[in-house]
Amino acid sequence: MSQERWNITMIISKKKGEEPAHFQSFKLEVDPEEYVLDAVERVWAFHDRSLTFRHACHHSTCGACGMRVNGVEKLTCITLVRSVTHNGGEMKVEPLRNFPVVSDLVVDMSDFYNRMEEASAAQVVPVRKSALPYEHDLFPDDGMDHERLTDCIECGCCVSACPIALTTPAYLGPAVLAAAQQTHSLSGKPCIFDLVDTADGVWRCHSGFECTAVCPSNVDPAWRIMDMRRRVIGHRIKHLFGAK
Amino acid sequence: MDDSKPHILIIGAGFTGCALAYDLAQRGLKVTVIERGEIASGTSGRTHGLLHSGGRYCVNDQESARECIQENIILRKIVHQCIEFNGGLFVALTDEDLAYAPKFAEGAQACGIEIEQITTQQALRLEPNLNPKVLAVFTVPDGSFDPLRLALAFAASAKHLGADFYPYHESKAVLFDSQGRVNGASVWDRTSGRTFDLTADLVVNATGAWAGHVLKGTRAVVSVTPTPGVMVAYDRRLINRPINRLTEPSDGDIIIPQRRMSVIGTTSYEVEDVDYIPVEDAQIEQMRRDAIALVPAVAQCNMRGAYMSARPLVGKGQSGRSLARTFKCFDHTESDGIDNLVTITGGKATTCRGMAEKTADLVCQKLGISTPCATREQPLRSYRDFYLPRGGRK
Repeated sequence: MSQERWNITMIISKKKGEEPAHFQSFKLEVDPEEYVLDAVERVWAFHDRSLTFRHACHHSTCGACGMRVNGVEKLTCITLVRSVTHNGGEMKVEPLRNFPVVSDLVVDMSDFYNRMEEASAAQVVPVRKSALPYEHDLFPDDGMDHERLTDCIECGCCVSACPIALTTPAYLGPAVLAAAQQTHSLSGKPCIFDLVDTADGVWRCHSGFECTAVCPSNVDPAWRIMDMRRRVIGHRIKHLFGAK
Repeated sequence: MDDSKPHILIIGAGFTGCALAYDLAQRGLKVTVIERGEIASGTSGRTHGLLHSGGRYCVNDQESARECIQENIILRKIVHQCIEFNGGLFVALTDEDLAYAPKFAEGAQACGIEIEQITTQQALRLEPNLNPKVLAVFTVPDGSFDPLRLALAFAASAKHLGADFYPYHESKAVLFDSQGRVNGASVWDRTSGRTFDLTADLVVNATGAWAGHVLKGTRAVVSVTPTPGVMVAYDRRLINRPINRLTEPSDGDIIIPQRRMSVIGTTSYEVEDVDYIPVEDAQIEQMRRDAIALVPAVAQCNMRGAYMSARPLVGKGQSGRSLARTFKCFDHTESDGIDNLVTITGGKATTCRGMAEKTADLVCQKLGISTPCATREQPLRSYRDFYLPRGGRK
């Protein structure tokens, strides 16, 4: 936060009922050090009580407030206004892509959440196994078995940014494949291969790494998809030599 | 849905509304929940996420402390899916904190909270980032949780039992029949712009800090003091357990681990309008200082988020910290002569299931239903089941 004040134009995607989406502009005075979600919430509080948007925790643990800000997927509760526009500039806020739009900035996450459940996506994980293999000594370790909420907050930013998810809703998408990789690395569940070793699973990914670029929560879905491919191939080779 | 069942309309899908929907559905009632925003988008979502052991209240507010430890144990059993449970610490940093220690130990024992005093060396082995100058340390059974997922787990379980949830549907007015009894609400569907009436046999106002606002236009009165506090999230997980300052409830008295973050809270002051509460720079700076006092490495962290949440404290006229953190169920037949209307407010996230149980008891008593509460034992559904289509997974 700061004493600095900017005047910006918020251009917000609005959609009610069956009507097509359109943009509506709002002039807003903002602190460049406040978060995009604060600005969106102020539009609702003082300018347009009909505006609908998803949000809950306001500190990047719940994943509800993923939106496209000036064309890029952002978790809006931790995205500073300063990082997306300038004094006198515009801030275009749209719902995530590749999800059905319920209203305004609200998308329907049902299929996404159901697929995460199918991948047995972990919710609470051992702290020691909670980071990516290339990260080291991130968390204090007293030798005891601690647990923590996992990194993926199911915000959907990766699915919105994914060029392949844009081509077909059948593609499982980066979050689900990353979750499957984590499930396999934590539990060794072989049944996960049935889900991901398919045309709409790990092989559909074109390695664009857009998911990792927008992930606000250190999941690195692209790395996990590549690792999942390695695991699938390993499994197939073992299978070839008679392993079940 | 069986139309012969009494129909309860719950306004508000925070922790209380979601837990109440689950309890009432469990007791066989038809339940509809309307919420003007996303699930848990008011106070509930913006909690700091501490699964209280009750230690914070065991000296000054023992009723709340007992509620906390009872519910802490139940929630760990029924909704572990969204809880980090690694225990917590209470640490003394000053002589004044040290003087509080005997009262704390006595209070914890009186409330049935398991605590243990450990040495500074032991504490630093457990939490290497703890301020090495701590003078006394107690362990407590604290944890932390994900707020949205906690609410969703209750909502998913309610939905599984037939409850209907309507997010983005705002109550515009409480409706009355010709005898002056409440019989529903006028609802604004914010996704379509349409307004319609929802009828119900009984309406529960579970809007917390907004309880008075929802009752506008009726003669019902509830005394709720919205008391916001700021929380600041830092970008490193420096601890595995919540670290509480061993003192009476005060500003910046706790730092909580959550995912890869450390979250410090909080302040306490009063507001009238809770729809938008700005986060003040001075409060962020104060939180940073308080966080560094407990865990000095916060000084090397970047701020990841700062946010504000309005506690719904029951009562008026006293300063926020002196109001009890327990909850209150208002039967408006008794308080205002209005039938079929109940308000539940106050309380804490940790006690949401217990609040729901008491409220459901009152609702059932008013309707002449004797089914007992059955939410203490059985694990809740996966929070993701909230998004299941009717009839189960494809």
